[in-house]
Amino acid sequence: MSLDAVVTAIQQVGLTLIVIAIAVAALEGVLYLLLVRGLKTRLATPLMLVAPAFVGLAILIVYPLLWELNVSFTNMSLRNFRDPGFLGLENGMFVGLDNYVEVFTRPVLQLTTFWQLLLQTVLWTVINVTLHVAGGMALALLLHRQMRGKGIYRALIILPWAIPQVIALLIWRTEYNNEYGAANQLLRMAGFDGVPWLSDPFWNFIAMIITNVWLGIPFMMVIILGGLSSISSEYYEAAEMDGANSRQSFRAITLPLLRPVLTPAIILGTVWTFNNINVPFFINQNELETSDILVTALFRMAFQYNRYGDAAAFAFVIFIILLVFTVFYVRRTGSLRGAYE
Amino acid sequence: MSGPTSVPAPAVTAAARSARATHQPGGRRDSRPKRIVIHGILILACVIAAFPIIRVLSVALRPGNRLLDSEFKLIPEGATLNAFVHVLTETDLPLWLFNSLVITTGTAIVGLLVAATSAYAFSRFKFPGRGVGLTALLATQLIPAAMLLVPLYLLAVQFKLANSYVGMVIALSVTAVPFSIWILKGYYDTVPIELEEAARIDGCSQLEAFWRILLPLSTPALVVVFLFNFLAAWNDYFLARILLSKEELLTWPLGLQRFQAQFQAQWNDLAAASILISVPVVLLFLYSSKWLVSGVTAGGVKG
Repeated sequence: MSLDAVVTAIQQVGLTLIVIAIAVAALEGVLYLLLVRGLKTRLATPLMLVAPAFVGLAILIVYPLLWELNVSFTNMSLRNFRDPGFLGLENGMFVGLDNYVEVFTRPVLQLTTFWQLLLQTVLWTVINVTLHVAGGMALALLLHRQMRGKGIYRALIILPWAIPQVIALLIWRTEYNNEYGAANQLLRMAGFDGVPWLSDPFWNFIAMIITNVWLGIPFMMVIILGGLSSISSEYYEAAEMDGANSRQSFRAITLPLLRPVLTPAIILGTVWTFNNINVPFFINQNELETSDILVTALFRMAFQYNRYGDAAAFAFVIFIILLVFTVFYVRRTGSLRGAYE
Repeated sequence: MSGPTSVPAPAVTAAARSARATHQPGGRRDSRPKRIVIHGILILACVIAAFPIIRVLSVALRPGNRLLDSEFKLIPEGATLNAFVHVLTETDLPLWLFNSLVITTGTAIVGLLVAATSAYAFSRFKFPGRGVGLTALLATQLIPAAMLLVPLYLLAVQFKLANSYVGMVIALSVTAVPFSIWILKGYYDTVPIELEEAARIDGCSQLEAFWRILLPLSTPALVVVFLFNFLAAWNDYFLARILLSKEELLTWPLGLQRFQAQFQAQWNDLAAASILISVPVVLLFLYSSKWLVSGVTAGGVKG
């Protein structure tokens, strides 16, 4: 590690912080003149407080997305790598809705169609979230009692969530190695044949799910544990006096009282799993197109095939699927009521 | 970027309550056989959770000539710390770690400052666009990371921001902001507004009341948001992958990958590096896990 490199890093980040500070100061100055001196409005304070965040979001999320929407109507690619301008109208890059139509009518990369990827993504999401919730619930119920070693159990079970994900995934990937990986060694010790975890699409998909279940259970467990401890023990005592067994009190007390905690966690878990690019990307080492999910296909389309126009259209299709699901689910469960007061 | 890399943090609110109320569901003590079964299942869960880490530790300790052994011993025969010394002195690992640390700290500070002030506005003021703003913040959580990477990459190339930390720090802190605002707003909402009103009667200005009363009272939430931003940036792989290619700028996730490609057989180096990277983060995480109860659900719980 040379001194030059250290200085470069500090300089770059220091410069960034200064740029940000100057930009924020300029923004607040303009707002001050406009709102306090000019309009003399009482809304000046809140607007000045939220301005940096929303200007940042506008520059880094809204503007790029609008630009991406623009690109989605053009044939921008590595061969055609220039600024398309507005819809590519002036330099003949405009292709209308072709990119959107092709998402549904042509193989997304080379082999798999959109519908197959969607099916794989839905399977991936449903299986993962179900196992996360079931596993997290089981462990939380076991841990939620007075017992020795509770803190140690909790700390160890949280480990998969705590270690940096890239590292966890690199480890898992080597454990799926045909000869030396632990997965096949354990299978052989138990008297089975080894499984081609990395080269067969089906087994690769299973490997992805095993890895992601391992990664995701601790989060659900911590959430559910938090929910469980906010349920007053008086309910259980009353139920016991009325002669309820533990299964009855689980269904009549625990589940309904966990709902306000569980519903948002499930929505969030679903969105994260649907959008999970790390796990499929790292575990699918051989880039098997047939075990991709939507977002990894999107990443490959943009950064391996360099089909930017197609990828932009594909991205919006994925986003709209997710948006429709979330709005529907949030409305139906009413899980965000109260957060807006 | 959004996604599961980002550690969903905390909710400090429920945590405090839960620490006290460890009751026994059902009210009775478990019978002995039941206790044994419970401990058995939990020990199994711990082994599964820790298994990859134990394996990697054992690989890191192996001497160079036994890397591909298929043994399952924790401490291998002829265990040695050579791999740790090697990665720290003869590879670029210290540089990658330093780069990551600088980017990550910058990101966490910017993210926290921006989120703390915005959350104050959302918690204490009524203004036009408030509801829409909160919804918009939530909606950003739906954007797949891959979807943002495409335009960010193309724009970075266009504006010559590739291979610089300016783009990295700004992009990482901004993507962490929506979630941070929600967590902090939820926490501020639980602090009685009367405290600030009293301070204002005593002559504080509104911003002084925020700075002197609300912020100190919100320290746990601020710590957790800082950690959440820190870990999200520390674990970022894809943004760095598309924006950074110069050797001296690489962050550890990129460096580690290079490592794997370069030294095909040096599993012990990779393993030792993984451990060196993980240990501080894991300790930080476990330490803060008291607060890591359910920030994500704070809004829902309150309703």
